[in-house]
Amino acid sequence: MRSLTTAQHSPSGQIVSTAPSGRARHHPGYGRWTPFFFLAPAVFALFVIGIYPTIFALVTSFRQYNITRHADMQSGFPFTGFDNYVSTLTNRTFWDSLLLTGKFFLTVMPLQIVLGVLIALMLHRPGLGMLRAFTRVSLVVPLAATYAVVGLIGRLIFNRDFGVANQFMSWFGVASSDWLGNELGAFVAIVVMDVWQWTPFVALIFLAGLSMVPVEIEEAARLETKSHWALLRHVQLPYMLPGLTAVLILRSADVLKLFDTVFVMTRGGPGAATDLISIYVQRAGFKVFDLGLASAQAILLLILTIVLSRIYIRVFYKEIE
Amino acid sequence: MMPGPRLGTILHAVGLLIVLVFALFPFYWMVTSSLKTQTDLLASPPMWLFTPTLANYRDIFADTVVTTAVLNSLIVASSTTALSLLLGAPAAYALARFEFRGKADLWFWFISNRMISPIVLALPVYILSRQIGLLNTRLILVLIYLTFTLPIAVWICTDQFRSIPRDLEQSARLEGATQFDVFWRIYLPLGIPGVAVSAIFAFIFSWNELLYALVLITSQGLKTAPVVATNFMSGYELPWGKIMATGTIIVLPVTFFALLVSRHMVRGLTMGATK
Repeated sequence: MRSLTTAQHSPSGQIVSTAPSGRARHHPGYGRWTPFFFLAPAVFALFVIGIYPTIFALVTSFRQYNITRHADMQSGFPFTGFDNYVSTLTNRTFWDSLLLTGKFFLTVMPLQIVLGVLIALMLHRPGLGMLRAFTRVSLVVPLAATYAVVGLIGRLIFNRDFGVANQFMSWFGVASSDWLGNELGAFVAIVVMDVWQWTPFVALIFLAGLSMVPVEIEEAARLETKSHWALLRHVQLPYMLPGLTAVLILRSADVLKLFDTVFVMTRGGPGAATDLISIYVQRAGFKVFDLGLASAQAILLLILTIVLSRIYIRVFYKEIE
Repeated sequence: MMPGPRLGTILHAVGLLIVLVFALFPFYWMVTSSLKTQTDLLASPPMWLFTPTLANYRDIFADTVVTTAVLNSLIVASSTTALSLLLGAPAAYALARFEFRGKADLWFWFISNRMISPIVLALPVYILSRQIGLLNTRLILVLIYLTFTLPIAVWICTDQFRSIPRDLEQSARLEGATQFDVFWRIYLPLGIPGVAVSAIFAFIFSWNELLYALVLITSQGLKTAPVVATNFMSGYELPWGKIMATGTIIVLPVTFFALLVSRHMVRGLTMGATK
């Protein structure tokens, strides 16, 4: 094969060029290494900043690595096998934090899905063109908002003494409370801010699904039935379903990542009422500086995320596979 | 035809208005709070009507803490954006137009970066950058921000480059253009919309980032805007007016950019799962 190509191209006299042009017979127009040159910088960068630190974290997770403990440093951060994993998995607070993250997800998700479907249907319904366009654009604003600033706004709104949340509640005859100072109030407050910031995302995904319903089908259905429910159930919901899977997977990854807003609003407190997993791991790493233990926790978190993203890719990028 | 179409329209309008108010209220509250005096801010119940003042903004611009932080954010976010395009656009071209082994795996790897929690990387990057002396520099932020801006740039540009007709490329090749010429003179100019959208996303995401900036930067002069805004939250009597004014200054540019790319927002956030 190789000699055949070389023979063919021998007039050019360049040996280096023969290998790529030999391939060019299969892929006309470019050599075998061409895509490599275009890809190399990005792949190299992501390897150095993404993969290498991850491997380093994996190694660290098997060591006793507390940078504030002198003994650790003097003994050169010794390897301790699965110690960090064992002490993480046998620690109640770690499981409590994971459980709380799950509880948070199960609280915000139904709210965001129900509100998201409602908003999508309102945005899809014909009529009121200007108002509809305006509302649709306004939904983009929370999505781009700086999470830390959302947390700051949350602290102002839910302030015990001069927060507007208490004023709203007083209109309904509910007594003032110290939202961020008690466990239930703090949890409700971070749920409200998350619902505010991410319901638009869910709504816009459902809206994208709805706009895929062929116009003829929807019009025929409207002539056929007067029932909004039947239209929703048999025509519109099937088109929104793929969006639902995307929402569930992406939002669960987001909740595992959720840090900024909650950190600013509550630092995980009071007690452990809002101590979501990212906040928990951050504290082990950067408050206690037990980097070995925190790395083990981060690796466990990473495994969870990889499982989620594999599912995501399975479901949504089938055509590439 | 329908029973009471008027009632339906009224309900529709009311519903949309509620959504509109719900979406914009926190911003409204932030901006109006930034225009209040401390006395008005601490009023209980909160005041809806008040005499606006720019005093908080004057305070911010008078001392350099916030302006320095905004400048830092600007430097970090623009550098990240530029680097993401420099690395991302060629990679996107390769993914859009070439067939090679491992392409699907590479694609998945890019995409899964979207889901990884920053805390996973923050720990090792903290240790490593301490060892090589990059801790507490803007450079380390720019580099680490690439982990989430680069995948998005690659994804959006790939999609854009795929839509460019292949005939253009073939006729250019016949006239003797190199592969790089084809990328530089055909794909990049024609793909400008996608490149611009990915630039905006890269900017928004790196501008908004808090966790890495919080743990990797310690000296006051290098802190980014979200970190400085968060740092106001200590002490007994919080300067709420200044905090909200800083918040407004931080959110304003990203809101503007978000409105520019509003049509692409969902696709950017889902990495194209919903076309």
